[in-house]
Parts: sequence; structure tokens; C-alpha cells
Amino acid sequence: MLQDFKQSLVVSLWFVFLTFPLLVVRVNTIENVVVWRWSNILWVAIGSFVLSYFWRFLLLRRNRRQKQAEEGIASYGPLQAALDNILLRNRAMAVLLVLALIFPLIFDTYQTNIMVTALIFVVLGLGLNIGVGLAGLLDLGYVAFFGVGAYSYAILNYYFDLGFWIVLPIGGILGCLFGIVLGFPILRLRGDYLAIVTLGFGMIFKVMMENWETLSLGPSGIANIDRPGFFGVQMSLAQSTTYIYYIMIALVVLTIIVTNRLKNSRVGRAWIALREDEIACVAMGIDMARTKLSAYALGAFWAGIVGVIFAAKTTFINPASFTFMESAIILSIVVLGGMGSILGVILGAFILVLLPEYLRAFSEYRMLVFGAAMVLMMIFRPQGLISNLRQIYQYKGTKDKTAHD
Amino acid sequence: MEYFLELFFSGLTRGSIYALIALGYTMVYGIIQLINFAHGEIYMIGAFVALIVAGVCTIYGLSGFAILILAAAIAAVYAAAYGYTLEKIAYRPLRGSPRLSPLISAIGMSIFLQNYVLLAQTPDFLPFPRLIPDFAFMDDVAHIIGSPELVILVTTLITMVLLTLLIKKTRVGKAMRATQQDLNMARLVGINVDRVISLTFVIGSVLAAIGGVLVASYIGQVSFYIGFLAGIKAFTAAVLGGIGSIPGAVLGGLIIGWSESFAAGYISSDYEDVLTFVLLVVILIVRPAGILGKVRKQKV
Repeated sequence: MLQDFKQSLVVSLWFVFLTFPLLVVRVNTIENVVVWRWSNILWVAIGSFVLSYFWRFLLLRRNRRQKQAEEGIASYGPLQAALDNILLRNRAMAVLLVLALIFPLIFDTYQTNIMVTALIFVVLGLGLNIGVGLAGLLDLGYVAFFGVGAYSYAILNYYFDLGFWIVLPIGGILGCLFGIVLGFPILRLRGDYLAIVTLGFGMIFKVMMENWETLSLGPSGIANIDRPGFFGVQMSLAQSTTYIYYIMIALVVLTIIVTNRLKNSRVGRAWIALREDEIACVAMGIDMARTKLSAYALGAFWAGIVGVIFAAKTTFINPASFTFMESAIILSIVVLGGMGSILGVILGAFILVLLPEYLRAFSEYRMLVFGAAMVLMMIFRPQGLISNLRQIYQYKGTKDKTAHD
Repeated sequence: MEYFLELFFSGLTRGSIYALIALGYTMVYGIIQLINFAHGEIYMIGAFVALIVAGVCTIYGLSGFAILILAAAIAAVYAAAYGYTLEKIAYRPLRGSPRLSPLISAIGMSIFLQNYVLLAQTPDFLPFPRLIPDFAFMDDVAHIIGSPELVILVTTLITMVLLTLLIKKTRVGKAMRATQQDLNMARLVGINVDRVISLTFVIGSVLAAIGGVLVASYIGQVSFYIGFLAGIKAFTAAVLGGIGSIPGAVLGGLIIGWSESFAAGYISSDYEDVLTFVLLVVILIVRPAGILGKVRKQKV
């Protein structure tokens, strides 16, 4: 007890020391004024004191869990049990779908618009999940493919006046092509190198779009992009938003079905095997380059498609929409929700997009919290909010037999 | 020719800063095979702390070279403290988990630290006071190499020599080399591996902070975002030279510095940042082990 107290006191003092120059002092080197914010010390001291207790408690619990897992006593929460119940799951999905369909009828345009953003991030999260969650390829430049989709619509619309529905598949295919072209040389790299190179590609895309003015109109971006058309019917802004909302719902459903089918397919199992152990996987005769490339390209495909919708929704895009921060948000969606888990990613997207939207006061701290959440999730709950259950094949007969013997 | 020399020295200056940061990446990677994504943020925090110290000192009447040394010293202490805490919180609990976990944790930490400084201080660029005076004896060559550049080069040189001595000659250095060769073996022969790892982070952070202070007083401004790009470039330098190799990091840093400076001088500065990435991609495809890196066979 006293030990704990002492430890927390030390932690608290340490953090007061650590945060002192940055949180307490603020200098203005132009006007030569120093502002001392002494009250912050108090907050840091109390905060780190309390948090250190939490930290120790969580670490203890984690270690206990790990030990239990090693001994084979798997904890099986009620939520997980509910998810496994197929009947219950189907009903819940039906209810959710109905709710999603009547959403724009109940809420106003503003809410629908926010929901469209959330759905865009759901698809992006699911797309990235193919690479990161299933195949274990950490992609930090995912937003570049999103940008490829958005720019392909913007450019084709601006120069050639092509419509939304024509460009939608083109955007996806272009994203996919970029994925293959970029992915081909770098897929021999190991995980952490891949992360840096993809980060580089993300940056290159942004710088290209900023500087290649003849194509992308530079940093000022492309404005007045056409909204999606519906057999030439004239639509008001509100109607158009609702229309995009339904397009997004359809896309989300399609994405869920496709990724779910993929996950349990031959390719999907190859991805998971590759994630678990590359060498063993290659030794089993799986073509590593082709498997990795397919994961990378499929992820890019969804990003391209959703990029087209994004451009149509905002009607204006510029390179500033495709920064590393967007990639980081998509990645934290996948990490928070649970790598490899479709339901988890959907939940993660809603939490990460809607929470800052409705808690405006909190939105300033958004990235701070995301960053901290990524660290904490990795330490205390690496499987994410909803863990991806492994397909387990069980031979039912054995248990009975041993009991009789 | 003069223009060439000017570019040569500006590239050398930049390159030596990249080398300072790259050392931190390379040392950490050498021991625990982790890209310490938050390393660029440590560099940024070092620069910020130096700015704060320098600002407070100027306002309370101190001036000149003394401030630079004081600011650099305090910045180094704080960077070391941040590096140590970072390792303890974000990486140590993840030893032995899948490779992706510490990497994601590192990215999270990088985002966290960036936004922490953004919220605690300011989202804008802050001007950094000019702390390096113009030396009189440099007047003749000032159009080719300025006094700040000279200070940077000399400081980097001294730091490198000290680091090499530390690693080659001291007991601690020996322990670090042993841990780099084989972590488990080092533990078996009685090396406190955890302490060595902490120490590696501390040393890397101090080097980054020195780089941060030098760069801030050279360029003359600081913001919460400077760590990101500098971090990636320094990482590229580390990979280029061969990650895990200390002379490699220096070589890589210089190559990047020169290529940037010459490309900006002779071609165009629009694509300056892209150049680094293109270089990175090309190296990783052609020679993933880097110029001085050893090609390690993967054993099963």
C-alpha cells in the first residue's frame, strides 16, 4: 500500500518535471513576454498520480490474463458469445440495416452529412483492414489511394466532364492499379520498412498534387465537382445528400459482404497465414508476392472507390485533404476496432468519427486522444475492441470418448 | 565553383544534422529492431525546450553564446528524460509481442507527442533567437560557409567522436555492442539488458536534441511539426547507410544532405522532400541492407 503510494508519488513528480517547460512556460519571442501557467503543474501532478495507479492495475490484469491464456483458461465474454450466436447476429444485422435505411428520414441533412463521413471512414477502415488486419502489411500512406480516387473523379470531371457513375469504377480500378504499381517493388520488404515506404508514397502523392499544377490545379484544389446524378433528375442539396447517403450504405454493405467472403476464402486464409509467419507460409507453397500484392491492391481498390464518392460529396478537393493525419485516423480506426475484425472496424470508425463530431469541446484533443489510444490499445488490448475470432475446427468426438474411457 | 562550394557546405550542414538524428534510429533499431517513430518528436521537443530556455533567458537579460550552451544542455536533459519515459511507457510493455504492435505504439506516441506540444504551446511557427554570433575570422569565407554552419559542423564532429569513444572504449559501450549482437546471450552473461535499452534511448535522444537545437538556431524557427519530416529523412539516412550501423548513419545523413542541397540548388526545390523518399524506395529495392549494412540471413 505504502509502496504503491511512494511509487505513484515518484511518477507524479517525474511527470511534473517532464512537462514543466512545455506545459508551464510559454514564451513569445516576438513580443518578449513569458507566461507562467503554474496551475498546470497541479493538474499534471494529480493526473499522473491517479493514472499511475490505473496503469499498474491494468498491467497486473494483463499479466494475469496472459498467464490464464497460457494455461488454457480462455476468458469468453458475454459479448463474444452473443456475436457467435448466428440467429441473434442475423436479427441484429437486420435491425441495424433497417435503422440505417430510415436514418435520413428521421434526422436532418446535417446529421446525414456527418453519417456519410462516418460511412466513408467505415469503408476506408475496411479497406485498410485487408492490408493491415488480415495480411499484416502496415500501410501508412493509405490515404494516397483515397486521393487517387478523389482526384481521378475531380480531374475527369473537370477536363472531360465525365459523370459520377462512369468514374466510380474507374476510380476504383485506378486506385487498384496504383496499388499494384507501387506495391510491386516494395512487397519484398519486411513489415517496418514497408510502413516507412508507404508513408513516403503518401507524402509523394500530396507533394505531386501540390506541384503538378497543370493537372491538379495545385494547392488551391479543384472546385465545383458534379454531385452524383440520378438519370438527370434535378436534386436539391438535401436530396443529393440523402442520395449519397444511400449510395454509401450500399457501398458499405457491399464492402462488408466482399471482405467477409474474402476473409474466409482461400486468398484470405493465405493472408492470415502470411501475417502469422511469413517463412512458414512460403514454405507451405503460398506465392508470397502475389498474395501480398492482392491484399495491397484490394485495399487500394476500396480506397479509390470511396475517394470518388468523397469528391462527389464535398464537390471540392485539394491536397490538404490527403495528409498523413488522415492515414493515421484510418489506421487508428482499424487498431481501435480490432485488426482483422470487420465488426470492430465498423465500430471503430463510428467512434472515431462521431465522437469528436458531437463532442465539439473535445475535438481539439482528438488527435492527442487517438495517439494515446493507439499506444494503450497495443499494450492492454492488442486485439482491439472486438477481437477477431479465429476459425477453430474442433473434432467433436474426442471429448466424449475420453470421458467414457 | 563558389556556388558549388556553398551548396556543398549547406548540404554538409544539413547532412550532419540528419546524421545526428539518424544515429538514434540506428542504435535503437540495432538493439530491439524497432523503428522508433517518435524519435523525430524527441528532436522537436529538444528544439522546443531550447527555444523556451533561450526565450526566458533573453527576456531576463542574458545574452550570447552562454544561452546557447545552457539551452542545449537543458534541452538535452529533457530530451533524454522524454526518450527514457517513452521507452518505458510505450515500448517496454510490448517486448515479445508481434512486430506490428510496438510499431503501431510508436506511431501512436508520435501523434500524441506532436499534439501534446501543439496544445501545450502553439500551432504556429515560433521564431528562434539567433544565438550563434558571426565570428570575425569567418568574414573571408562567409559567402561560402557561415558561422552557424561552422558551429554545427564542429559540434557534430565532437559529438560523433565522443559517441564513438563511448561505444568502442567504455564498459557501457561494450554492453551495448553485446546487446546488439544477441540480446538473449547478453542477458545470459549478466548484462542488464533493460538498462542498456534505456540507455540507448537516452543517448539517441540526447543526440536528437543536439540536432534540434542546432537546426533551430540555424533555420531560425520551430514548430510542433518539424519532427515529422526530419524524422523520416533521418530514418531514410539510417536505412541508406545500413540500419544498425553507426558509420552508416553518418554516411547516409551526408548523402541525403548533399543530394537535397544539390537538387535544390541545380534543379528545383519543389520536389526537395520527395527526393528523399524516392531515394529511400530505390535503396530498399536495390540494396535493402543499405550501403554499409550487413546482409543478415534469416534463420528459421
